[in-house]
Amino acid sequence: VNMGTDLAYNFVFKVVLIGESGVGKSNLLSRFTKNEFNHDSRTTIGVEFSTRSIQVDSITIKAQIWDTAGLERYRAITSAYYRGAVGALLVYDITKHLTYENVERWLKELYHHADPHIVVMLVGNKSDLANVRTVPTEEARDFAEAKGLLFMETSALESTNVESAFLEVLTAIHKKVASKEVTRGSISAVTLGPSSEFNEEKRSCCNSS
Amino acid sequence: MKLGVLSPWPPTTGFISGRETQRFPEAPISFFFLSLQPVYGAQHPPLDPRRHRLLKDTPKASSLNSKSKKPSTFHEFARSTNDAWDIDDEEDDGMFSLKQPSSSPVQSRSMPQTPCVKFIKAPEETESLPRPRDRQEFISTNPVQDRLDDESGPANGRVVKSCSDAQLNVNAARNTLQKQQSLPVRPVIPLVARISDQNASGAPPMTVREKTRLDKFKQLLASPNTDLEELRKHSWSGIPREVRPVTWRLLSGYLPANRERRDLVLQRKREEYFGFIEQYYHSRTDENHRDTYRQIHIDIPRTNPLIPLFQQPLVQEVFERILFIWAIRHPASGYVQGINDLVTPFFVVFLSEFVEEDVENFEMASLPQDTQRNIEADSFWCMSKLLDGIQDNYTFAQPGIQIKVKALEELVSRIDEDVHVHFQKCEVEYLQFAFRWMNNLLMRELPLRCTIRLWDTYQAESEGFSHFHLYVCAAFLIKWRKEILSMLDFQSLLMLLQNLPTIHWGNEEVGLLLAEAYRLKYMFADAPSHYKR
Repeated sequence: VNMGTDLAYNFVFKVVLIGESGVGKSNLLSRFTKNEFNHDSRTTIGVEFSTRSIQVDSITIKAQIWDTAGLERYRAITSAYYRGAVGALLVYDITKHLTYENVERWLKELYHHADPHIVVMLVGNKSDLANVRTVPTEEARDFAEAKGLLFMETSALESTNVESAFLEVLTAIHKKVASKEVTRGSISAVTLGPSSEFNEEKRSCCNSS
Repeated sequence: MKLGVLSPWPPTTGFISGRETQRFPEAPISFFFLSLQPVYGAQHPPLDPRRHRLLKDTPKASSLNSKSKKPSTFHEFARSTNDAWDIDDEEDDGMFSLKQPSSSPVQSRSMPQTPCVKFIKAPEETESLPRPRDRQEFISTNPVQDRLDDESGPANGRVVKSCSDAQLNVNAARNTLQKQQSLPVRPVIPLVARISDQNASGAPPMTVREKTRLDKFKQLLASPNTDLEELRKHSWSGIPREVRPVTWRLLSGYLPANRERRDLVLQRKREEYFGFIEQYYHSRTDENHRDTYRQIHIDIPRTNPLIPLFQQPLVQEVFERILFIWAIRHPASGYVQGINDLVTPFFVVFLSEFVEEDVENFEMASLPQDTQRNIEADSFWCMSKLLDGIQDNYTFAQPGIQIKVKALEELVSRIDEDVHVHFQKCEVEYLQFAFRWMNNLLMRELPLRCTIRLWDTYQAESEGFSHFHLYVCAAFLIKWRKEILSMLDFQSLLMLLQNLPTIHWGNEEVGLLLAEAYRLKYMFADAPSHYKR
């Protein structure tokens, strides 16, 4: 792994936000990358994109985060966006049980398009509305565990656990990459810099998309 | 990119590069060296009034096509943007030295950092005072603290500074990004734009040119059988606000050209729409329609949240009905996110017929029921007609959009190799930013007032929303070439493309865009069928 000290960041990890329409993906993104919550946000069309760099141990990681539209119609277009993703936040709304019920479907699609070693976190958003909760925390947590997913409840509005959620995902990705527990060819982390080792491997493993 | 009034477009910064002349030798030389030169003889007269100065200086132009009107006539008619929407009417410097304070309340809201919307700031919130640009303003009621000189004292929200000199040339070299980040070059104007050119409320009188244009429209509209061809021709350069509602209805094919038939047709269509409501609207709770309704229901509040009009429950209900009825009557696509944007220009334009002041702050409930219903029904039908022409944008997998994005890519690769190669180097795919351009017809990239102006031309063109839109997108993209080329990696490039600085755009910018799009279309008229309809 090339870790040139003159790079602004050591890794770029592509992370996608997926989940039903209206669960709060866009505001999770803006909260994490800009520390903003926008009551006036508009529906996400196609895909939107933002970045933020964080430190994990002594490593600088640039999180390249993709926000996608939740509506089914777009899936034919957005499937291309899974390409190269090493992490995913699968978001549901804790006050809308239907958005939780559809998680299985999203998982299916995710595994269909993305790298099999992708790090996935199940995120129950809108925890500030816990008084009208319809998805019990424990139930969701158990489900996540059974499926091998990380789990967290967040509130983009109140900025609760948003940072933690992303950090946990990025750290988990980094661990996978650094520990080489996966053969190098299958994690498509993009390393920018003089070394093209990873980049070349990336290209070779992306033919599945 | 700002044009100086009298300076020709510098070839390196814009739409023209040496290549074009090499590829298309038959094209009029003058057109390429002075890119502001309109294409004569076309169905579509030139756009920007400032170009008329160049017109006069280049008699060549008029010889291009003997069928064209004389420059002086174009001069009269080709005010692309000189209607009430336009506050940058530098041609008429001398005529308006005073603005009048408005009597309507000021709407101000601080806004998040989103690209396409900007609200009028309250005086206390003003972070910076822009240099005054041109000060022509028919639109006189904004809190205009933003526009005051640095030298002036605390802002009086009502006072509009008079324009002593056209500051156009000053801004010629300005970097648009810089503009966005620092001082706005022009005053902040409302999203929908303001008042009419002539009304009883005491707004400044129209210019002679505008009056002529308006008279021409009125003349066309007064005829017992409207000459739609003529109407299109004049509409291409922008429709005067006062006659926009009826002109849009005519151009869309909703209103019959024959005056006698109109009342009857309108009545019939409106009844038909409300018949649909009675027949279908209750089924929104049915199992097979529930999801559709639910999606519409959560999308409406997120349509254009900074426009107060759209937050009124009454208005949101109108949109819900329109979209739901349309969706269930078009099962091939159903409701698709983005369609919610497309109803709003019609609604706003039809509403503006009854609104003297600020449309975006207008209280819908103050209109008579019948009027509200008519606006709703007409919006439904006109939106339907628009969507008819682009349905494959929204059917499953959205093939129409994929095709158009591909076509955009091919077009750009031909007209601006630098930009195209740059995208490739940075691994930016056109789909990543242009999807939204096609899906929402650039409505997400432009303020609503610009969309409205754009649609004047789209409706004047045949298949404007599907075919001409492609060239507008290409022109739009290339317009930012300098900024694009200055972004050296994937991240920054994509973020630029998804946040292009058009907050302050008005008719002038749209006019330039349309002129360039027209030029591109003209150039590629005989290109491989890829670009043809």
